[in-house]
Amino acid sequence: MSGARLELDGIGKSFRGLRAVHDVSFDVPAGAINALIGPNGAGKTTIFNMIAGVYRPDAGSVQLDGRQISGLRPDLVCDAGVGRTFQIVKPFKGLSVLENVTVGALHRRPALPDARAYAADILMQLGLHDRRHQAAESLTLPDRKRLEVARALATEPKLLLLDEVMAGLRPTEIDVMVTFLQELNMRTGLTILLIEHVMRAVMALASNIVVVSYGEKIAEGTPAEIARHQAVLDVYLGEAEPA
Amino acid sequence: MTFLTRLTGGVPARSLWCLGGLLMLLLVAPALLGKYGLSVLILVLYFAFVGQAWNIMMGFAGQLSLGHALYAGVGGYIAAGLFFHYGIGPWAGVFVAVAAAVAAGSIVGYLGFRFSLAGVYFALLTIAFSEFTRIAFDHWGWVGGSGGLFLKVDSTSDILNLRGGPLLFYYVILALAAGTFILCRALLESRLGRYWLAIREDPEAAQAVGVPVLRCKMIAIMISAGLTALAGVWNAFYYNNLFPETAFAMGRSIEFTLAPIIGGLGTLFGPIVGAVVLTGLGEIFTDLSEVFHISGLKQIFYGLALLVIVMYRPAGVWPWIADRFGFGEKQK
Repeated sequence: MSGARLELDGIGKSFRGLRAVHDVSFDVPAGAINALIGPNGAGKTTIFNMIAGVYRPDAGSVQLDGRQISGLRPDLVCDAGVGRTFQIVKPFKGLSVLENVTVGALHRRPALPDARAYAADILMQLGLHDRRHQAAESLTLPDRKRLEVARALATEPKLLLLDEVMAGLRPTEIDVMVTFLQELNMRTGLTILLIEHVMRAVMALASNIVVVSYGEKIAEGTPAEIARHQAVLDVYLGEAEPA
Repeated sequence: MTFLTRLTGGVPARSLWCLGGLLMLLLVAPALLGKYGLSVLILVLYFAFVGQAWNIMMGFAGQLSLGHALYAGVGGYIAAGLFFHYGIGPWAGVFVAVAAAVAAGSIVGYLGFRFSLAGVYFALLTIAFSEFTRIAFDHWGWVGGSGGLFLKVDSTSDILNLRGGPLLFYYVILALAAGTFILCRALLESRLGRYWLAIREDPEAAQAVGVPVLRCKMIAIMISAGLTALAGVWNAFYYNNLFPETAFAMGRSIEFTLAPIIGGLGTLFGPIVGAVVLTGLGEIFTDLSEVFHISGLKQIFYGLALLVIVMYRPAGVWPWIADRFGFGEKQK
């Protein structure tokens, strides 16, 4: 497992005339952890869905290590090396935690015993191993978020898209997840792009941040730059009243 | 041997012994049962077999078909027609019959799955296809139209042409039911089977982890339709007559779904346990309605019994039995 470079080039998407995303371009270098932030409804998840193949962009292209993946079906995007989690978690409810992750592992390990062993290993890393025989629907929300990450990782991606996996986690749990992702990134070189509202996590993880608002990119830079960026402050805090 | 260990991996020894015992018992059953008992057991195995076939689609892959009579009807008619017109025996005709049913299943599946019809909308499509096939067969001279197709009743044993008494049909349906049981277990322990379960639970999440959803659903409907066609062929030669009105009836499609629903959707034993419960209840209520001379009593009690079972064991009878008696699979 090593990281891949992601390039978005002018992608756009409209839904029945509503412009959800317009002309967004940015790169995530191989092995980097970057964040995509912005107010609710800014189009972050739509961007993820265009990368993951759920939506075909109306304009522009998505490339993974120079290979065009936009327009491919989601399972083929997964095959190309993109793993993703869902903001509104989507566990296979009736299956056990282990079986959930095994489905992901089967993608590159067709033999069930191999896939199951690999899945168990990932659950160990994410601290879900004790709960592996529980039905996924019996998990608490933080554990379901972890399960999303585990299942995506089981497909052995080169790029991991994390959609608000910290939401609903307690501060100590956030720190555990942050540490896990940092170690994973250091150990494997996996490229990570995360959508996140929890600034504690964004600041700790991301080397570069892209800010979107009303479907357009309004800023890009290091966490320190973004924290001082006037347009970002305006979007998040409201524009200063004229004196 | 590795295949066998894979199939039995994680299954408690007592369950395997029980299963072996059950198979032995079924093999010698004709010697122990009278004519009536054998005919009931044949019905049980028939419903267990078609139930398993339907369960692959609904229980495993989560696709609701309410038109499975289509595949049984097409299969039965083709094998019977070939035998009737050209003297081609069912052992050869069955290949044509199964191929035709698989083709029919592919058409229904492709139309439904390609255009993402889900749940009840897909079910409506399956009903529609079954219904207009019924109408087409009503007007198709080669299969006798609405007047039906009749095979000569012949109880001299001719295994090559699947002609003979109940004993022959008993062992054929036993082989089909047992073989399908092993097939289902093998499927569930394979990547394809796990992909089906994932699709059943959440198709979008399944596709995100690399499951080729359309292809997997297509394979499910093709296997299910092919097996159901085998049941149709068996049925045609067992009863020796075919009418579009019954072969493609909505009621027949529903009949196929009952055993797995009552026994436990998506489980291996569900269709088998369901078939035992349903056929047993059916026989009891038939007797009762004869004793009391009230026609229709059977249907009322049958309906009530189904209601009670679904209310108190919504997951089916088998999961409850498995839990109580420790037949369940050990967690790996």
